[in-house]
Amino acid sequence: MPLPVAAEIRSVSKAFRIPTNQAATLKQRVLHPLQGQDYRTLRALEDVSFDVHEGEFFGIVGRNGSGKSTLLKLIASIYRADKGTIRVAGRMAPFIELGVGFNPELSAYDNVVLNGVMMGLTPREARRRFDEVIEFAELEEFTELKLRNYSSGMRVRLAFAVMVQVDADVMLIDEVLAVGDASFQERCAETFTQLIERGKTIVLVTHGMGNVRRYCHRALLLESGRIHTIGDPGEVAARYTEVNFAHHKQHRGVRKPGERRGPQGEPLRFARITDAWLEKEGRERTTSIARREAIELRAQIELDEDVNDAHFALEIWRAGGGRLFAPFASPLPSSGGLRAGERLVVAATIENRLTPGRYRINCGLAYRTPEGGEVPVSPIQGIPFEVSGERIPGSLTDLAHEVRIEPHVETEVLR
Amino acid sequence: MAAQVESGALELRTIRGPSAFGGEVRRFWNLIWLTAAADYKTRYLNSWLGYAWSLLRPLLFFGVLYVVFTRVVRFGGEIENYAALLLLNIMLFQFFSDATGSAVRCVVQRENLVRKMQFPRIVVPLSVVLNSLLIAVMNMVAALVLILVIGVEPRWTWLLIPVVLALLCVFTTGVALALAALYPRFRDVEQIWGVAARALFYASPVIFPIELVPESWRGLVAANPLTPILEQARIWVIDADAPTLLDAAGSAAVLLVSAVIFVGACVIGLLLFEREAPRVAEEL
Repeated sequence: MPLPVAAEIRSVSKAFRIPTNQAATLKQRVLHPLQGQDYRTLRALEDVSFDVHEGEFFGIVGRNGSGKSTLLKLIASIYRADKGTIRVAGRMAPFIELGVGFNPELSAYDNVVLNGVMMGLTPREARRRFDEVIEFAELEEFTELKLRNYSSGMRVRLAFAVMVQVDADVMLIDEVLAVGDASFQERCAETFTQLIERGKTIVLVTHGMGNVRRYCHRALLLESGRIHTIGDPGEVAARYTEVNFAHHKQHRGVRKPGERRGPQGEPLRFARITDAWLEKEGRERTTSIARREAIELRAQIELDEDVNDAHFALEIWRAGGGRLFAPFASPLPSSGGLRAGERLVVAATIENRLTPGRYRINCGLAYRTPEGGEVPVSPIQGIPFEVSGERIPGSLTDLAHEVRIEPHVETEVLR
Repeated sequence: MAAQVESGALELRTIRGPSAFGGEVRRFWNLIWLTAAADYKTRYLNSWLGYAWSLLRPLLFFGVLYVVFTRVVRFGGEIENYAALLLLNIMLFQFFSDATGSAVRCVVQRENLVRKMQFPRIVVPLSVVLNSLLIAVMNMVAALVLILVIGVEPRWTWLLIPVVLALLCVFTTGVALALAALYPRFRDVEQIWGVAARALFYASPVIFPIELVPESWRGLVAANPLTPILEQARIWVIDADAPTLLDAAGSAAVLLVSAVIFVGACVIGLLLFEREAPRVAEEL
């Protein structure tokens, strides 16, 4: 007997109109009444249909811009579909981002109640569940504190606890697993298992194929707004790696698409970066780095097969284009190679001579070819970050320098 | 909420995307109330006097205007109970300008919520108006105490003040909805409304009673929907013998115009907001 359907998506299409010239002021409207606004149409989703069954953990994956977040927002009733119908059974709660709507100036109590009501609880239910939320978040001693005074980790814990205690029938979750420390990740895993046992329906948008393999009953791969593959999570994860790999190769031109051979002609072995982040002192995750403070990159790697000679590749891009730095991939030192199924965290420290501004650091695993080329063996992970401090206009890099008057030169010569 | 069917399966509901209204009525009001309360709590955050500012600001404004118009320009002195009238008018107008002023940017300010949560969109501007209304009600109580102190005899018609506030609130909401709906797409609205609200201040009988307006201008002032509201408040609170609405307006036609503008503002505000609500998350 087929399981009852919890969410039914039928021929859903969605396009966004992106104004090409920002004519959003009245003056422009008044001065050019006939010149309608120019729009570029971006087809985010086209004719997408699928069912999510009750009690199912359903993954949605795809490259950036493939439409997966749009799809989630359509189901969540945040965007309106252009075409098609969406039907959902029972109470649905979206978690597009952990802690949306948290007001830093209010106490945890006020925030939990407000957030709970947003998610569809009555104020009474929300108040009643406050203790459970706080207990789950392990924040018993800090309930009177304003959220502003919470550390980012505490805030994340609170947000996650609210999500769990809201107890919706259908939960829509966008990439919330990428936050928190290791013990928190454990907590998430435990919670997901609990939610599945309680028969909740969960739709998860994620980049982490490890999560897909670990939790999902079924998954869906979106590519350019269309369904590429749907079904078995292992299959979908493999297709995702392929799609990403093909795309990556097209752009780098390292290897012809479809060719999956290493330098000596042996088939490529795969490893995956399941998570990558920047750290500051105290092992806390950050996206903002002070000027000249070293960049501490961490990447969690999962190996699908035994690997002897993996290299870690990284590159730094300036926001808006321009690769600033792409050193040779560094060999990962390991005695006796790395085993399949192993999970490790790679740490890289990079001197910071970047001018304040926005950047992206990409990292991935690669093989070095004898000719000195690099063949990527994992999808790249990009981490946007910011170097804070006063801008230095017209400069690409922030080199240490010193200016002084040379004492021994006769000043008369200059007259 | 979908009913639990016997098989244990929940009934499928069609998801139509965001709208101005929608969802359960209870949740709708709870959201408006909780959001307004949260705004109220954080409004005067980190200031020494805190909530007192919501009363102090109009009072200080009153003080300035009172000195200007009784000592410098010297026209207030001729009007009976000018201080009481000015105070009442300022409290009422302050509610209107406060609520509409904060409504302009409210949707954009809560961008994060609008783009990532699902709830009836009209909650955002309505909670802003409710927040101002709460302050206005408290200020009104304070103003009445002061009006007593000034020496105006209390009358049973004081009990009708909620009617005045309710009418004012409806008009304010209409204007607030229109502003909140237009701002995400036309950012000029903020500047325009800044000037328009000030113009409206002088085009309403706030610092002067309607009978002091020259005949030729009186029609214009009376067509302003705020005028009948302020004048009625004056009759009920300060001076039962003040000119009635009809006397003040000069003709029933002008009064009708003001009524039409009142209803028009509300209907247009509502329609505009309802039209923009489904797409506003994408426009931000």
